[in-house]
Amino acid sequence: MGSFYEQIEAYASFDFAGFLGRVTPRQVDLVLKKDFLSPLDFLTLLSPAALERLEAMAQKAHRLTRQHFGRVIQLYTPIYLANYCVNHCLYCNFNHRSDINRRQLTEAEIEREAEAIAATGLRQILLLTGEKPGKDALDYLIRSVEIVRKHFTAIGIEVNPMDVDEYRRLAAAGVDSLTIYQEVYDRSVYDRLHPAGPKKDYRWRLDAPERGCQAGFRAVNIGALLGLNHWPSEAFFTGLHASYLQNKYLGTEIGIAVPRIKAGPGNYQPEAPVTDRDLVQILLAFRLFMPRAGITLSTREPAELRNHLLPLGITRMSAGSNTAVGGHIDDEADEGQFHVSDERSVDEVRQMLIAKGYQPVHQDWHSLA
Amino acid sequence: MDRLVIGGRELKNRLFIGSGKFADERVIRDIVAQTGVEVVTVALRRVSLSGDGENILHCIPKECVLLPNTSGARTAEEAIRIARLARAAGCGNWVKIEVISDNKYLLPDNNETIKATGVLAEEGFVVLPYMHPDLYAAKELERAGAAAVMPLGAPIGTNRGLKTKEIVRILIEECSVPVIVDAGIGKPSEAAEAMEMGAAACLVNTAIATAGDPLVMARAFSQAVAAGRLAYLAQPGERTEYARASSPLTGFLGS
Ligand code: SF4
Repeated sequence: MGSFYEQIEAYASFDFAGFLGRVTPRQVDLVLKKDFLSPLDFLTLLSPAALERLEAMAQKAHRLTRQHFGRVIQLYTPIYLANYCVNHCLYCNFNHRSDINRRQLTEAEIEREAEAIAATGLRQILLLTGEKPGKDALDYLIRSVEIVRKHFTAIGIEVNPMDVDEYRRLAAAGVDSLTIYQEVYDRSVYDRLHPAGPKKDYRWRLDAPERGCQAGFRAVNIGALLGLNHWPSEAFFTGLHASYLQNKYLGTEIGIAVPRIKAGPGNYQPEAPVTDRDLVQILLAFRLFMPRAGITLSTREPAELRNHLLPLGITRMSAGSNTAVGGHIDDEADEGQFHVSDERSVDEVRQMLIAKGYQPVHQDWHSLA
Repeated sequence: MDRLVIGGRELKNRLFIGSGKFADERVIRDIVAQTGVEVVTVALRRVSLSGDGENILHCIPKECVLLPNTSGARTAEEAIRIARLARAAGCGNWVKIEVISDNKYLLPDNNETIKATGVLAEEGFVVLPYMHPDLYAAKELERAGAAAVMPLGAPIGTNRGLKTKEIVRILIEECSVPVIVDAGIGKPSEAAEAMEMGAAACLVNTAIATAGDPLVMARAFSQAVAAGRLAYLAQPGERTEYARASSPLTGFLGS
């Protein structure tokens, strides 16, 4: 059967710093001439030397994105269903120890949230929850899917990792995409940032996207939370993971996201900050490594930066996001999972896209479930 | 009289266009007005069936043949369900079958395409299957009731041109239904090349939609397709590799 874990293991003693330090701009030029990149070509693009070729990378990334995706950007928004969570992720406002109001939307509230979002024209939705053990949580999620289905043509979930059967039940209920971030691929950093709760189980999470492919979701999106660990190896493993999944599950659309963490609960600050320039380099390297993979950019990034990143390979953006439970129906709901930097309305994002020569797309699939 | 008839409809313009990837779909109306393009394919996955909000169908003039495609289908069964949805939604009875379960290169699955073609042709659809050029598959598609076959010139969206030329040439020789080159054509000269070989039509999307000026590019394609067709008609003697030469080298032997 195999697992991506074996590929990570294969790099256990690989000297990332040494490799990255030895790359020359000339090697980057050679990679830029290729149509098909090997993993080490991809890593070459994540090197300091590649910074000297950033514009050339950008030009090629732009061309490839336009060629494969056209002048089109998919729009979606999250709905936070519940913020109960048994995990202790040090960087997350919903973590078990955070002193926030805990809430789980009722069926009537879900309906109202869905209506409020649908009224903005959006048709693609991402449902999120914290982790709550037990069978009830899955039933609740399925019930939520059934409620929102009436309003949306594509439904994604971003929840705790599940087994294949649970994913199958969700797919049968109408979920078409799974988003699950490993957060951090480095094992020791992972252990440190996830001190308690089921999320401690690194491998269970690592193999979740693969289980999602096996369960038959149309799309599976992965990513590393940038800022938790030195980024070149994290970006490298994210790309490698995506390409592992795409090669093994040709029928699943594998996508990548580039979430960047700025700050967390208490005084949490990212240990390995990622600058705007780093983010651009990561984005471009992904695009060149996987020319046909969708790349998602969330409202974690400010409006102006999002506008600039747009032509570099982005294919999907969230808009009008509110990361608090009940955020679309309740003015009091202000304790979000993370801070939304781009606070533009769906309509403002839409206008910006049109002004920049893109077609905002709200619907890209009819659920056949 | 040079006629192309598909599904009982006579088509004068042999350029078919796709409607995806445009920055602004309203340009499709101008393209149709300026070039006389008659067939526009639309991904049903993008059509809002509830009739609310933006709707790409509004951008397609009534006089055109709407060719809904099953993009997004990974199996014959999904393609069949999408085609039925399209017809139920009032999109007519033409359908372009696209079955792709390869997200890396987006290559079509001929086996599943043949299955879907059989079922839908039986149900009265005018079926135009997008296919990987292969003679056996093309023959199967004909038997299954395809109204035309649409072999790819190169993988979708690559703009690489007519890379499958030799096989497409064989399909043109051997198929009794029209052969429409779909996908991969990046330049008008490549569309002309396909038409000179005897293709019945070309379907172009990416190269037009992502051009700096989609409208002007559509005009260039329309003219190239027409020119290629004229060239084909002008040299009937060279339709096959074994055409009779006009000054035979062995004529001195007498008959
Ligand atoms: S990141 Fe997810 S699992 Fe971790 S504390 Fe936050 S909600 Fe819970």
